[in-house]
Amino acid sequence: MSSNLTLRASVLSFVIFALFIAAWHIATRQTGSVAAMDPEYAKLMGLTATTGKSAMPGPFDVAAKIWEHLKNPFYDRGPNDKGLGIQLAFSIGRVMLGYCIAVCVAIPTGFVIGMSPLMSKALNPFIQVMKPISPLAWMPLALYTIKDSSISAIFVIFICSLWPMLINTAFGVAAVRKEWLNVARTLEVRPLRKAFTVILPAAAPTILTGMRISIGIAWLVIVAAEMLVGGTGIGYFVWNEWNNLSIVNVIISILVIGLVGMLLDQALARVARLVTYPD
Amino acid sequence: MFKNPFDYRNRLSRGCTCGQHSSQGEHEAALRAQSADLAKNTEATYENLVAETVMRQIFPVDAHRRAFLQKLGASTAAAALSSFFPLATATEVFAQAGSLEKKDLKVGFIPITCATPIIMAAPLGFYSKHGLNVEVNKAAGWAVIRDKTINKEYDAAHMLSPMPLAITMGVGATAIPYTMPAVENINGQAITLAMKHKDKRDPKQWKGFKLAVPFDYSMHNYLLRYYLAENGIDPDTDVQIRAVPPPEMVANLRADNIDGFLAPDPVNQRAVYDGVGFIHMLSKQIWDRHPCCGFAASQEFVKTYPNSYAALLKAIIDATAYATKPENRKEIAEAIAPANYLNQPVTVVEQVLTGTFADGLGNVVKAADRIDFDPFPYESFAIWILSQMKRWGQIKGDVDYQKIAKQVYLATDTTKFMKEVGLTPPASTTKTFSIMGKTFDPTKPDDYIASFAIKRT
Repeated sequence: MSSNLTLRASVLSFVIFALFIAAWHIATRQTGSVAAMDPEYAKLMGLTATTGKSAMPGPFDVAAKIWEHLKNPFYDRGPNDKGLGIQLAFSIGRVMLGYCIAVCVAIPTGFVIGMSPLMSKALNPFIQVMKPISPLAWMPLALYTIKDSSISAIFVIFICSLWPMLINTAFGVAAVRKEWLNVARTLEVRPLRKAFTVILPAAAPTILTGMRISIGIAWLVIVAAEMLVGGTGIGYFVWNEWNNLSIVNVIISILVIGLVGMLLDQALARVARLVTYPD
Repeated sequence: MFKNPFDYRNRLSRGCTCGQHSSQGEHEAALRAQSADLAKNTEATYENLVAETVMRQIFPVDAHRRAFLQKLGASTAAAALSSFFPLATATEVFAQAGSLEKKDLKVGFIPITCATPIIMAAPLGFYSKHGLNVEVNKAAGWAVIRDKTINKEYDAAHMLSPMPLAITMGVGATAIPYTMPAVENINGQAITLAMKHKDKRDPKQWKGFKLAVPFDYSMHNYLLRYYLAENGIDPDTDVQIRAVPPPEMVANLRADNIDGFLAPDPVNQRAVYDGVGFIHMLSKQIWDRHPCCGFAASQEFVKTYPNSYAALLKAIIDATAYATKPENRKEIAEAIAPANYLNQPVTVVEQVLTGTFADGLGNVVKAADRIDFDPFPYESFAIWILSQMKRWGQIKGDVDYQKIAKQVYLATDTTKFMKEVGLTPPASTTKTFSIMGKTFDPTKPDDYIASFAIKRT
């Protein structure tokens, strides 16, 4: 029954995909009307103006361009023109660095907040104010104080992935069942040991959920941050192709950003499955 | 050197390009060691070289020199020689002309044709000709390029010609002494309007328009305001002028967010190419041979790396001179159009540089001076820009026009380096010019401001 369901679901997915492509193809196929032009003048104009070709590319244009990128993903033609693979590597590198620093800060701090009601009350107003700030709002401030654009981008990733992890860790730690803590107390377990053997395993699923939310946000933000500072990364690639009004490449970037974001999320989902326990 | 080719123990094909080493890696290591040695010994080498030249001049016949040295001994001879010829100073002077303090430089640019000299100097080899290894980096916008140069991520950068003045005075940024030793391009901008305004060619009909310029501190802003004001439109109340980065202008025009813009090329031509807008007028029709963008560096860079700065500026002046010649324009268009630089179709860039272009209304226009290149930063340009900053309330109070102009627009340096690369600089660092028929006298900027009907002073 279950395999039957999977099969039917994948068939349906495929049908939806095919319908989408067909609709896209039909929508971009027709050409608009064009006025007659002097041939000398027409030579100086783009296809949209001369043949009425839709400015929106069709699915086959995109597929051809994807093939072109796949054939040579790691080319390097100077500082401002690198292959899609290299750009992705730069972005993933930045996200990982900022994210890892955020993990190192958020989880210990979250533990402290979760275990001590005093700290929780004292820090709460700060967290509530800092949490809703759009990460990109930090950018000008970061550029001005850090004085280095690539570190600024990493800082922005750090600051935006910090809060969900911090709050989830604190919540997970605070919500550990009272009976378990009481058992630990009766057995006179030392605080550090209590943190690692009782609280950490109990709070792990909540912490992982926070980490999963954070990686999603970090990946969302890196694209915008790189569009702002330029240089390298998938965000810069989108900006550079927008500059050239190349919608084909922008669509490809969107696809790639989506795929990588999904992979990052799935990787953390795997880890989360390892630490869940039946209640 | 040569081995017996008939001896079986000798390997004839050696592993490296010069044949002296067993592998390419070893060959490169040896080369590196050699160049490190060279750098260490450069000073000693220069000393020897200078002394040798002097000795050769004093003793044209080598036998006499040897007899002289034999009688006195080398050290006494050197002492005797330096008593009437300053060997140490001569060595220093000689070394200064040769050694660059910093060879690997980063120069920032915005992908527009104004940056042509800065960009083309990389693919066409003008930087390497002057011994520099320059990486030209594309920046996302004017604020970013400003911050990255202030942060020293870039050693020098392409800026709008009012920006170094604004940065030096601390208008819209922290005050940092900046310099602009070369203008890149003159003319080369245009007013482009959306297709739906095809019939509104008189600016008096433009009330309520949303117009875009690349930056608040730009020639584009001042020229557009000047043009509107001369036509009786108040640029602050009758229309809305917003700063939009050049790459986003065409997208915004297509999305109907703006009615038009005064923008750098290739943005105007790109709007025509995609059938989004038409070119209303070229900026040369407002002020012929107006400056637009410049090559800027902090005063700190100029003072810390004087030789690198000189080499960089000479490379730019050289490239600018090359770009001035119409016969080179097609080659330049092909060199700067790829994704690494402007990222535009070649035909768009070519239409801008050659001046034979489609205007978006079905005509092919020929204007050879649509864009031109002249590196000379006239101080009167700076004074005009300052007068407009004051006219539109960007700066308040008394302005020492002459002093700021002299401090930022390094016309004397440009004169010197233009001579060194074999060009003829203009005789004077100021000139008068007329904008839409109104003459500007650089000695009386305050009277000039007072003469306008629409102003914010």
